[in-house]
Amino acid sequence: MIPVSWYLVLTLFLFAIGAFGFIARRNVIIMLMCIEIMLNAVNVTLVALGRGLEHTTAHVLVFFIIAVAAAEAAIGLALVVLLFKKTREVHMDEFRTLKG
Amino acid sequence: MEALLPKAIFVYLAAALVITSILVVTNKNAVHAVLWMLVMFLHQAVLFITLDAEFLAAVQIIVYAGAVLVLFLFVVYMINLRTELKIKNFTVFWPAALFVSVALLILASQALKDFRTPSPVGDMSPAAIAKVGHAKLLGQALFTEHILSFEAVGVLLLVAVLGAVVLTRRIRMRGEGV
Amino acid sequence: MKYVVWIPLLPLIAATITLLFGRWYIRKRAHWLPCIAVFISFLISFKALLEVIGGARANFDLYSWVVADTFKVAVGFQIDPLSVMMLAMVTFLSFLIHVYSIGYMADDPGYYRFFAYISLFTFSMLMLVSGNNFLQLFFGWEAVGLCSYLLIGFWYQKKSAADAAKKAFIVNRFGDFGFALGVFLVFVTFGTIYYEPVFERVHEIAHATVNLFGHEMLLATLMAVLLFCGAMGKSAQFPLHVWLPDAMEGPTPVSALIHAATMVTAGVFMVCRCHEIFELSNVAMALVAAAGTFTCFMAATIAPTQFDIKRVIAYSTLSQLGYMFMACGVGAFAAGMFHLFTHAFFKALLFLGAGSVMHAMHHAPDPTDMRYMGGLKKYMPITFITFFIASLSISGVPGLAGFFSKDEILWSAFASVYPWGKIVWLVGTLVAGLTAFYSFRVVFMTFFGEFRGKEVLHGHEPHESPKVMTIPLIILAVGAVVTGWIGIPHVLGGENHFAKFMEPVLGHPHFYLPHGWEDKEAILELLLMAVSTAMGLLGIYIAYLVYMKRPELQRLIPERWPRLYRYLYNKWYWDEIYDALIVKPTFFTARAIIQGVLDSIVIEGVVNGVPDLIRRGGENIRRIQNGVVHTYALVMATGAAVVLLLIYLF
Repeated sequence: MIPVSWYLVLTLFLFAIGAFGFIARRNVIIMLMCIEIMLNAVNVTLVALGRGLEHTTAHVLVFFIIAVAAAEAAIGLALVVLLFKKTREVHMDEFRTLKG
Repeated sequence: MEALLPKAIFVYLAAALVITSILVVTNKNAVHAVLWMLVMFLHQAVLFITLDAEFLAAVQIIVYAGAVLVLFLFVVYMINLRTELKIKNFTVFWPAALFVSVALLILASQALKDFRTPSPVGDMSPAAIAKVGHAKLLGQALFTEHILSFEAVGVLLLVAVLGAVVLTRRIRMRGEGV
Repeated sequence: MKYVVWIPLLPLIAATITLLFGRWYIRKRAHWLPCIAVFISFLISFKALLEVIGGARANFDLYSWVVADTFKVAVGFQIDPLSVMMLAMVTFLSFLIHVYSIGYMADDPGYYRFFAYISLFTFSMLMLVSGNNFLQLFFGWEAVGLCSYLLIGFWYQKKSAADAAKKAFIVNRFGDFGFALGVFLVFVTFGTIYYEPVFERVHEIAHATVNLFGHEMLLATLMAVLLFCGAMGKSAQFPLHVWLPDAMEGPTPVSALIHAATMVTAGVFMVCRCHEIFELSNVAMALVAAAGTFTCFMAATIAPTQFDIKRVIAYSTLSQLGYMFMACGVGAFAAGMFHLFTHAFFKALLFLGAGSVMHAMHHAPDPTDMRYMGGLKKYMPITFITFFIASLSISGVPGLAGFFSKDEILWSAFASVYPWGKIVWLVGTLVAGLTAFYSFRVVFMTFFGEFRGKEVLHGHEPHESPKVMTIPLIILAVGAVVTGWIGIPHVLGGENHFAKFMEPVLGHPHFYLPHGWEDKEAILELLLMAVSTAMGLLGIYIAYLVYMKRPELQRLIPERWPRLYRYLYNKWYWDEIYDALIVKPTFFTARAIIQGVLDSIVIEGVVNGVPDLIRRGGENIRRIQNGVVHTYALVMATGAAVVLLLIYLF
């Protein structure tokens, strides 16, 4: 039996890596993927806890998270496509129109 | 020996997850990144299976690995930037980002030092899973307790589809053909 | 006697109505209401005078303004010999001058404004003299100062007039500051500002001392000196005399009313009213006498050098005011008031006569310059005769008013118990000679000889003024003669009614005669009278000599002693001294320090600096939002880390 805390540590690592990637990468598609990594880390925690507490709510939550993440990825990518069509640029740090 | 195998599998899966995610984050080539992500998701699915969550493993593969990543792949090919390989990929302040992530990691793990698993609630015991199957248990919970959220997520997905369509259609001027 | 309330009230109502409606409705007829109002006031004052002569007195409050525990301030009236005499005199003179102004100010665009102001002034002066507490005195004090400012600067478009008005007000302010401190001291000492209780209890402080800047002095001294500061300002005594000659910028009726007969005498009135306080302190009495003596002498030396007819009469006023304070300074307060009374008549007459002459010369570029006058007696006989009578009166020719009042002062000074009386007498007698000299200088230069102004008048001939101007002159001339007859001293066979009348209020002076003369008082008095009369006649003769018989003597002093002449001609350079000592440092302080440092640097620094600081702060904080998503994400993550850190630490 693997202690739940090990899964939590794993989650932390994954989350930290995802956060680093989001802040540090310029390409917007990679940034969206890092968001997915972070979400997945959370999923790991939830599944582990669901197993540890033997509670179905955690797994149901994972289900919802996956659904929402998919929807959000779709919209996000649609926006990226639109942005690329308008400006031919996918590097987020080139955009400064909201400055001020 | 018996106890070692689960641990070994876990260690392998954990290592794989971490390493592949690092590879995703640091890859110059976007396509490669997506593919490494695919590997990561597969390992994650296996992790789910080790946790007796078969249905979720299946969902993970179908939805994440199958739909979301393919979507990413489509977009990556649409935005086919060769320059991506030559210019710098990281923002100017990536050391700061690294530092902050590591700090978050350390601090959060400190918070988890005294973590104790609470007592089980008991509606999804391993015996029940073995008898009925994870999907049935999940389904029962989903359609009775969490029906409202389920419906809401349905609407959410509808909205997402509509949104994606609306966002990317071409605005036609009046007078042009439909 | 409550009807005395109407005495100041009628001119006030007339002034208000004239001021409010004068410009659009009354205009040319603006003189009716004030003249009638002041005349009725005079009639009421005269009635009150008769009653007071019969023994009546009154002291009542009309309206309580402030009642705060022990401090009570009210509009009140005290009718006793001193105030009723002033009331009658002020209303009478004011009425005559109102009538005179109908003619003098006839073509002036500010006609209605003039009458409103002189009625307002009459109200203020009447309130001043009829009050029964120090605060009403102070109110009247300030109000006459204000009216003086308004009237001196009546032709406000003229810069010199506006400057003179400001100068009068500001110099007065210096005096008023001391005066206000004196009133405060009275209140602090006696707990009340009403005359009656203060003067009843004044003996309590006879020996009280106060410690001021390390020196011990009598409380009475401090009080009297502070009150006298106000008198110095208002009555133009040295060192606050500089405003009176410049005040001649105002119209001549103003000079006659305010700067001859009424406002400048307010100081004398105040000293006489408070004489009990002054008598307690030898220092204060000496100061009063010294100020009066010095001013008297100084003005009399400047007057003979001036060519502006109004200036000469202005310095003459300064000199005569000095006489009044000299009288007060030796304890002869009744004599001072008597001289105030007679002086009002002949000085107002002199001014109005000068106004008449100026009216005739008004086509000239400078109507007041005597060098362009001469021989006017054949063109303006009435003006000439009245002016001549006034000059005789002021010179102390026996039989006329000035003789009696001036001699009473000189006799009281000589025989006074105070040690400085002899000096006062000596200076007073000398100045009597000078007074006669410069007064008749004016007479001879203006009315006798050849008319020198033919070119400046462009061929016009001067003519007599209209009856509305000459009739007041005649009335005043009668006054200049007969007003002295109520104070004929015993030694000449009279009863000295004036002094007897004033005695309940002003007491009588204390005499100390030198050894061996105690029983020969009458002879001494006659002797001194003869001496001063001789001085007067000598002055007239010298004036006749210099200006009529041998005109080349006019250049004697300017050529033999040019520096002395220049010193006197330039008014002893007091204006220049004050300018260097007070005016320039004040301007310097205001511009360089207050404006330069405090205003520009400190206050502007704060007022501009604080918004500037906020702006710069805002601009810097704005840079956090640089529009790059990664920065925001970094900040978010950092924030989360910080929160975790804080949770971990605490």
